Amino acid sequence: MAFFEMAKTALRTVLSRPATIRYPAEPAKKTLLTRGHVTIDESRCISCGTCQRKCPAQAILLNKEEKTWQMDRLRCVVCNSCVDTCPVKCLFMDTQYTAPTVTRGVEIVTITYVKPVKAADKGETQG
Amino acid sequence: MTKQIIIPFGPQHPVLPEPIHLDLVLEDEMVVEAIPSIGYIHRGFEKLVEKREFTEYVYVAERTCGICSFIHGLTYCQGIEEIMQVEVPERALFLRTIWSEYSRLHSHLLWLGLFADSFGFENLFMNAWRIRERILDVMEQTTGGRVIQGSCKIGGVRRDISGEKLGQMSKDLDSIGQELEELTNVFLRDASIKHRLKNVGVLSRDDAYSLGAVGPTARGSGVSLDMRKTGYAAYGKLNLETVAENDGDCYARCVVRCRELFTSIDLIQQAVRKIPDGPIDVKVTGAPDGEYFTRSEQPRGELVHYLKGNGTKFLVRSRIRTPTLTNIPPLVKMLQGCELADVPVIVLSIDPCISCTER
Repeated sequence: MAFFEMAKTALRTVLSRPATIRYPAEPAKKTLLTRGHVTIDESRCISCGTCQRKCPAQAILLNKEEKTWQMDRLRCVVCNSCVDTCPVKCLFMDTQYTAPTVTRGVEIVTITYVKPVKAADKGETQG
Repeated sequence: MTKQIIIPFGPQHPVLPEPIHLDLVLEDEMVVEAIPSIGYIHRGFEKLVEKREFTEYVYVAERTCGICSFIHGLTYCQGIEEIMQVEVPERALFLRTIWSEYSRLHSHLLWLGLFADSFGFENLFMNAWRIRERILDVMEQTTGGRVIQGSCKIGGVRRDISGEKLGQMSKDLDSIGQELEELTNVFLRDASIKHRLKNVGVLSRDDAYSLGAVGPTARGSGVSLDMRKTGYAAYGKLNLETVAENDGDCYARCVVRCRELFTSIDLIQQAVRKIPDGPIDVKVTGAPDGEYFTRSEQPRGELVHYLKGNGTKFLVRSRIRTPTLTNIPPLVKMLQGCELADVPVIVLSIDPCISCTER
């Protein structure tokens, strides 16, 4: 039987710096790999829809006609699946968590990518 | 005969991190019978397998449990790989083992904290979670997620850990080991803790075996069952010593988990020494056609995933049997004959993970 087993640890923790961060005065811990939120480079997206198919939470909706990329931040589970499978690598994982929100809603991004005109087509239009 | 009264315990109770309900039949202060009921957080994960492609279901499988998420992902991937006859590169197997053991460290530390909290030792609770934070930091640095790692995929792993980082992790574990030594000394030697846990919730070896106890609950009663001994992932190549105690009380279960912390550190350091170079994944084509039962050792005990595919991208059946489900009958047995005041400690001593259980 032992008594005061905790005394040493308790004394040390009382005298040492706090183990917690004084958030938000001090920024939260982040690493290079931290999965914060998904961002898109709308000028490179080819509207293939792979991200929508590969999303386990069905948070992404791609409208090919209207050329929009919709993301429901409250559905997104930040699994990195879309970023990994994007064939043109236009999706990125930002290390910053999304800010808290009180409203539901989707984020709509208009895709500005324009398919480059092929050399043969160019000839036709010029001719 | 003394008049019997029924006291409801849970689903909302300060000691329970997750909802489970127990109807305690009391005679004076003694519990004569406990009737458990679950079903407060059923989420239908097993049905969801029909709606998500098998490659994406890894993320869903991982979210079955918020504590041992990595091992759920690993077990699911293992099952699919067996059905599809995929040969996983050795480096990926070692990385999986390393992350599994980190999960175990984090889960056991979480439990030790909650357990300390259940008998009112708040300072110890805070200290256990302070050390746990160091484990979670390593998880985030290597996988990108603190609790949901998302680093397992069918055919391997999604991220590699550099040799330099592995060396640093191994070195860090030495200092974490020293802190753990100090922490576990309190659990194992302190007079008030011993007084609170010794001979409380005794489960005999025969009962543990016949009622299907798994993991530390079984090992605390002297049933030396550990699925890591089956040698899945890279466990076959590592030297693993099963920890078992014979008393079968709450103290024995606490001792088992305290000692397992050091086994995990040892396993990670062995894996870091033995990890080979090479690719971390193989390309998987086609779809699973067939069925497979796969087992692994979670921090709470044996986890079973049953998977059945029909050659399409969507599986037809997934069945997950989690350790807490099989630990509930032993829990009911432990509760019979105990004092009402000991119920919270006994319930926590099986490390209940209800979200897992109800899937």
